[in-house]
Amino acid sequence: MTNSLTRRHFLSTSAGLAGATALGGLAMPARAAGPLTVGFIYVGPRDDYGYNQAHAEGAAAVKAMEGVTVIEEENVAETQDVQQTMESMINFDGATLLFPTSFGYFDPHILKVAPAYPDVRFEHCGGLWSEGMPENVGSYFGYIGMGQYLNGIAAGHATKTKKIGFVAAKPIPQVLLNINSFLLGARAVDPEITCQAIFTGEWSMAVKEAEATNALADAGADVITCHVDGPKVVMETAASRDCFICGYHANQSELAPEKYLTGAEWNWATVYTDMVTKTLAGEPIDNFVRGGLAEGFIKMSPLGPANSDAARAQFEDTQAKIISGGFAVIEGPLKDNAGNVIAADGVSYEETDVALESMNYLVEGVIGSTS
Amino acid sequence: MTVAGDIPGGQAPSRAWLVPLAGRIEGLALPVAALLAGFLAFALFLLLLGKNPLEFYSLVYKAGFGTAFSWSNTLSRAAPLLLAALCVAIPARLGLVVIGGEGAIVLGGVMVGALAVPLAGWPAFIAMPVLALMAALVGGIWIGAVGAMRQWRGVNETIASLLMAYIAIALMNHLVEGPFRDPASLNKPSTAPIAEAFRVGNLPGWNVHWGLAIAVLSCILAWILIERTTIGFAARIAGGNIRAAQVQGLPVGKLVIGFTALGGAFAGLAGYFEVSAVHGSANASLAAGYGYTGILIAFLARHNPLAIIPVALLLAGFEASSGLVQRRMDLPDATMIVLQGFVFVAILASETFTGRLDLVGWLTKGERS
Repeated sequence: MTNSLTRRHFLSTSAGLAGATALGGLAMPARAAGPLTVGFIYVGPRDDYGYNQAHAEGAAAVKAMEGVTVIEEENVAETQDVQQTMESMINFDGATLLFPTSFGYFDPHILKVAPAYPDVRFEHCGGLWSEGMPENVGSYFGYIGMGQYLNGIAAGHATKTKKIGFVAAKPIPQVLLNINSFLLGARAVDPEITCQAIFTGEWSMAVKEAEATNALADAGADVITCHVDGPKVVMETAASRDCFICGYHANQSELAPEKYLTGAEWNWATVYTDMVTKTLAGEPIDNFVRGGLAEGFIKMSPLGPANSDAARAQFEDTQAKIISGGFAVIEGPLKDNAGNVIAADGVSYEETDVALESMNYLVEGVIGSTS
Repeated sequence: MTVAGDIPGGQAPSRAWLVPLAGRIEGLALPVAALLAGFLAFALFLLLLGKNPLEFYSLVYKAGFGTAFSWSNTLSRAAPLLLAALCVAIPARLGLVVIGGEGAIVLGGVMVGALAVPLAGWPAFIAMPVLALMAALVGGIWIGAVGAMRQWRGVNETIASLLMAYIAIALMNHLVEGPFRDPASLNKPSTAPIAEAFRVGNLPGWNVHWGLAIAVLSCILAWILIERTTIGFAARIAGGNIRAAQVQGLPVGKLVIGFTALGGAFAGLAGYFEVSAVHGSANASLAAGYGYTGILIAFLARHNPLAIIPVALLLAGFEASSGLVQRRMDLPDATMIVLQGFVFVAILASETFTGRLDLVGWLTKGERS
């Protein structure tokens, strides 16, 4: 993180003025001038150990580039707030490349603002751009389900109870794919493993996330991962219940190094530096950008000390297979957890298959319900 | 006009004519002084953090009020806040502290998202008022229920409205993820987009939607109701002394339920504009916290619907400048929340001076000896 004040620090300081630092210099902050101003907009705090931090790490990589000024704004709601923030960055800071990173920013907010600023490029994380939408809008996303599959392999080796757990925000396709991938990864180690999934219903609701984690531990799960915006609470709660943990969004190993097996991380630095390089060179950016482990869009946290040698071997072997291409997590014969066939024998869906983006089921072995 | 000429002795022009206005002057001077005190305290706080308060306030001015874009930014943020504040201010005139306007906003919005589907194909000039009225009705029933529970069962309206806001948000999540979900909304469950013809547009020549004009009009109407009608008069008596109102035979029960329902109706209307002017469909983004900012505004405006207008503009301006402050000064977004906290505390503290400043004595100084 940068040396700027964080929200947490600011609030704690305001709670106890006595702790405030002495009178500091009042000089205006120096701003590196550059021909290109790039704006990053986050829906939550930049230091959430999760979704937003992953994007902020990508922004930090852009900051280090020559000739670029980076401006950032955090905790911007998916309302007209984000429309105003985008326009403010354009009007006051001269931003010409914007990364509004939250899923809900796209429709209607980016689609509404973009036509008024044809010289500004809007790049959105989530993957919804289609023909007919403004040409100065693009969308990018990564196949992070593969990361949860690798998490599952580490979990499959680590579990003793053969029960693993998943704290999930909402039953939407991206989340369901992660849950299914996590279980199928574990079942690649031992087909008897089950995974209990609990939905909190909110992207960011620390109390429910802690309750769900405790409920999973109470039910016997001994490896836990999650898909919520900020995994910190899940990770700390799970570790305090003596469960192993698999990270998500960003690297959470420092929260519990001994318990951290690995984690599925976004690697937005690859995407952002590439897009900024293209913009600086005057080259066009594709309107629809996707990538996975092979393209460096996602990465795995370094394997923690708790992994066995067998786990490391299978993890690395599978990771190599995924990177070489053609690997499918959803592979027939496969049923959902209500007994319906979702992939017949011989049918498989590779990571690039758009059918995965409307996933509405939990596979056999997942304890939980999408509704 | 001047009364000074009537005073024998040819003294300097007297301020005595201001005496009848003393209450008004105090009502204006106290909050303004408190506001300035809050700004000053926050400036000291920024100094302690090593940040330049002058830079801070000039950025707030620039991004909130300094340019045409700043004004459109501020005004479009103000629209939902005005209506949300009315949901607090109107019941407050009866002495009720209702803090759950958020619930009425989200349910009003869900009503619009859900009802726009069967209404598709209706002429817009019929469908739009129907949608707005239904949103207001849902909000009115929701907060009116808080008043009813208070009146008939003695349930504390503050706690009830707050808890009902949580229920409303849970209900909204259930409805937009379940029965009313548009199957095409994969990763962000929403109702089906409402027809283009039903969308509320911008004020002519402005980059601000019609909700602002309706919200300002609502504040004016609410002020007339409270200050210029017998109903409002009865409500103020009941708010001042409920026993006295009952002894006078005023319909306290009807007032309690009516005023809470009216406040809720305005909040429901805020939900209508959020869906029809901003989001285009109902989804979890409706729970954006406007209902809670509305509480702050209503208290700062001392529950006067007309005062809500400038206060809402001020707070909307703060929010509009939050981004620039973050970007230019490397301050976190919580800065504006802390500033609001300073101002809120200063205003609450200033209430203790109400009626204690000897304004009349000061105005007539030298004339009574």
